[in-house]
Amino acid sequence: MTTTTPAPDAFHTLGDDIRDTAAPSGPIERRWDDRKFNAKLVNPANRRKIKVIVVGTGLAGASAAATLGEAGYQVVSFCYQDSPRRAHSIAAQGGINAAKNYRNDGDSIYRLFYDTVKGGDFRSRESNVYRLAQVSVNIIDQCVAQGVPFAREYGGLLDNRSFGGVQVSRTFYARGQTGQQLLIGAYQALERQIAAGTVEMNTRHEMLEVILVPDADGTERARGIIVRDMVTGEIETHTADAVVLATGGYGNVFFLSTNAMGSNTTATWRAHKKGAYFANPCYTQIHPTCIPVSGEYQSKLTLMSESLRNDGRIWVPKKAGDERPASQIPEDERDYYLERIYPSFGNLVPRDIASRAAKYQCDDGKGVGPGGLGVYLDFKDAIERLGRPAVEAKYGNLFDMYARITGEDPYSEPMRIYPAVHYVMGGLWVDYDLQTNITGLFCAGEANFSDHGANRLGASALMQGLADGYFVLPNTLADYLAGSPFEKVADDHPRVVEARQQVEDRIQTLLTINGSRTVDSIHKELGHIMWEYCGMERTAEGLTKAIGLIRELKNEFWTNVKVTGTNEELNQTLERAGRVADFLELGELMCIDALNRAESCGGHFRAESQTEDGEALRHDDQFAYVSAWEYDADGEGQTPILHKEPLEYEYVEMKARSYK
Amino acid sequence: MKITVNVWRQKDADTKGQMVTYPLDEVDEHMSFLEMLDVLNEKLTIDGEDPVAFDSDCREGICGTCGVVINGIPHGPEVTTTCQLHMRTFSDGDVIDIEPWRAGAFPVVKDLVVDRGAFDRIIQAGGYISAPTGSAVEANNIPVPKADADHAFEAATCIGCGACVAACPNGSAMLFTASKITHLGLLPQGQPERDSRVIGMIEQHDAEGFGGCTNIGECTAACPKGIPLDVISRLNRDLLGALGRQSIGS
Repeated sequence: MTTTTPAPDAFHTLGDDIRDTAAPSGPIERRWDDRKFNAKLVNPANRRKIKVIVVGTGLAGASAAATLGEAGYQVVSFCYQDSPRRAHSIAAQGGINAAKNYRNDGDSIYRLFYDTVKGGDFRSRESNVYRLAQVSVNIIDQCVAQGVPFAREYGGLLDNRSFGGVQVSRTFYARGQTGQQLLIGAYQALERQIAAGTVEMNTRHEMLEVILVPDADGTERARGIIVRDMVTGEIETHTADAVVLATGGYGNVFFLSTNAMGSNTTATWRAHKKGAYFANPCYTQIHPTCIPVSGEYQSKLTLMSESLRNDGRIWVPKKAGDERPASQIPEDERDYYLERIYPSFGNLVPRDIASRAAKYQCDDGKGVGPGGLGVYLDFKDAIERLGRPAVEAKYGNLFDMYARITGEDPYSEPMRIYPAVHYVMGGLWVDYDLQTNITGLFCAGEANFSDHGANRLGASALMQGLADGYFVLPNTLADYLAGSPFEKVADDHPRVVEARQQVEDRIQTLLTINGSRTVDSIHKELGHIMWEYCGMERTAEGLTKAIGLIRELKNEFWTNVKVTGTNEELNQTLERAGRVADFLELGELMCIDALNRAESCGGHFRAESQTEDGEALRHDDQFAYVSAWEYDADGEGQTPILHKEPLEYEYVEMKARSYK
Repeated sequence: MKITVNVWRQKDADTKGQMVTYPLDEVDEHMSFLEMLDVLNEKLTIDGEDPVAFDSDCREGICGTCGVVINGIPHGPEVTTTCQLHMRTFSDGDVIDIEPWRAGAFPVVKDLVVDRGAFDRIIQAGGYISAPTGSAVEANNIPVPKADADHAFEAATCIGCGACVAACPNGSAMLFTASKITHLGLLPQGQPERDSRVIGMIEQHDAEGFGGCTNIGECTAACPKGIPLDVISRLNRDLLGALGRQSIGS
């Protein structure tokens, strides 16, 4: 192991370090209170003169729009779906963490903070994570007040369960549909504001560009967006005093993921190309408990909540190539490998460890099911111990889903599972206020990089989305808006005209290439490259190869893609083409980021950096920083500029994660 | 297996539509119904034809975006969402009719895509609990009997797909509306707005052009989430009480 900073490789250059993250100093438990107290306030009478654009209506976007609308701002909200209630937060199954300590099992804000920093493998910011743990308790109160029907005990109080990666029961849940119930809660709050006239909702609208306008002293500010009405094709300009992007994650860069079909990076990538830093793009979470791929036609992967790991036991046959059905493999010929390797956490080890362990079993030829790409998740013992009705009550809908998709009955034979891309920890770089490096451009939820470091713990995504939207942004955005309303931006402002022109030209180009390859075929090819070289295990050699392959594929796309139809209609091929064009560029940056980070941490595993027994090996002396990438407009993204934000740990001692 | 699909093609809301027949030669039984349509669309695109527009997003049965009428039944022969229906349900040689939701309050946008904005407007008319951010009390201060919480949850699992409307001979959205009335009406937090909620939502339901409920029950039979018909009884009871109290109060 060397101790010097590696020289930039051929794929990037170095920029200045980021030193100011806008977080207050002082004792960590005081920082959020200090920030709120020192934030400037906006007189309620002035709020109605101030306009805020919120893109995306998932947990972060819907809760932010509802809360800002309620506060009296003019909010304009956008989503690509036909209703804000469809955003992909709805698919989160397992639960939401909060440091309520209702179980009296030693939980606390400090422990949730500690677990999250450790779970993130020491690549997140302490200040942000502490705040997340602090507001977690308010989230549960807020959701219950809205009528979110969390699971309850017979005494009428809220029930909790434990979740992967921690040893306390702090997860609140609504059967296997927690995301749905939380999103419906936020959606209802949003609809209430729409009815009250404080939020203007635009469904089936896709953001395609951000508008930056310099003010009198030359500061570039985000002042609006260009969107496409997906029904008529009309290109619309919307200007405002601030712009919030809450547009979710980019897992679909892998084509197959557990994300919704429409989930995309376009909003964040367009902002990146206008100057917003993209942070830690290579940090991808591969979820261990998904239903394996069944064929080439597969359009998406389905996750089953990892809460299943509370009662299910993961195993493979001890003998490679064992083709007997599960029921005919006796106990002593089964390898419950997680319980064996990690005796104290067993089946509840963090997601990245569980995923990689499954991959290694399959690499060794012990995988089960089609192509040997699967491991068993077995409920036999749980059904014997708790009885079938108890298992049904806890996991019924997940078992039904599995049976429907595979045609197999998980009550009588073990489920087969395999890892799949599920969540991205990377996203737009934001400071403590959730503001990107572009003034007036904020980013919330999965779309930003802020709280999960290199790996997210289970039941923390819902917590972060709602923390950002209900509690963080309404405070920090107000501080920014205290200087507004800004001078109105006219529709014929040169920057507006320029942004519109960029959007129109791009659409026109896509429609005129008229090549021979479908958008999906190119997207699938990109997905294969990403999964092979930038998936669960990465190497310098593979990543370098991938960058070359993606560049070729990008060229293929822009010369040979076939987009049917016109702009002036509902054109789903055109929508997908625009998104895939951005995924191609993002995929390249992900590989460049992964290549630079010559260490293993959390969801990023570099084969060159592992301990003797195959565990991830961090290099804190070289890589304890956030990688914030600046787009190089001159080189068209070929050599992005790396800005490092050093990470300092004052409270949690940096050590190697151990779940043994 | 080989199948034939008859698909409703309609350029936009103002153009007349028609059924168009497409043969498909290589359909795998493990494909989902929507993956079968993906395969059709890849073929159409390569042939330079306009692919079939249809809505889908999560493809795991929870977002409520997808939904087409398959052989006359919303979401097809199994009680599930269209995305969770698999081709193993069909047999080699089958002919499958695929149409959009048919209801006056759900105008066709293109092909199999309809506009369900009316559902959002019904929610706007009262389908919420007014709980301004920051004003909430400690969550465990108000216990909720487990049975009530469980029933509220079951009603709250409605995904807003619209199959109930498509299945109803009257084009009524009563099951959708009643599931929200039931979800919120069973919780202590939902009591203060219970009367105004039911009156507001029903007024909006009718204004959107949805038909009245005559207790036929096709809605609950088609509901992929199994929302029971008795939520409508609950809505009627709440509505009657609310209207009574309103007339006494006025």
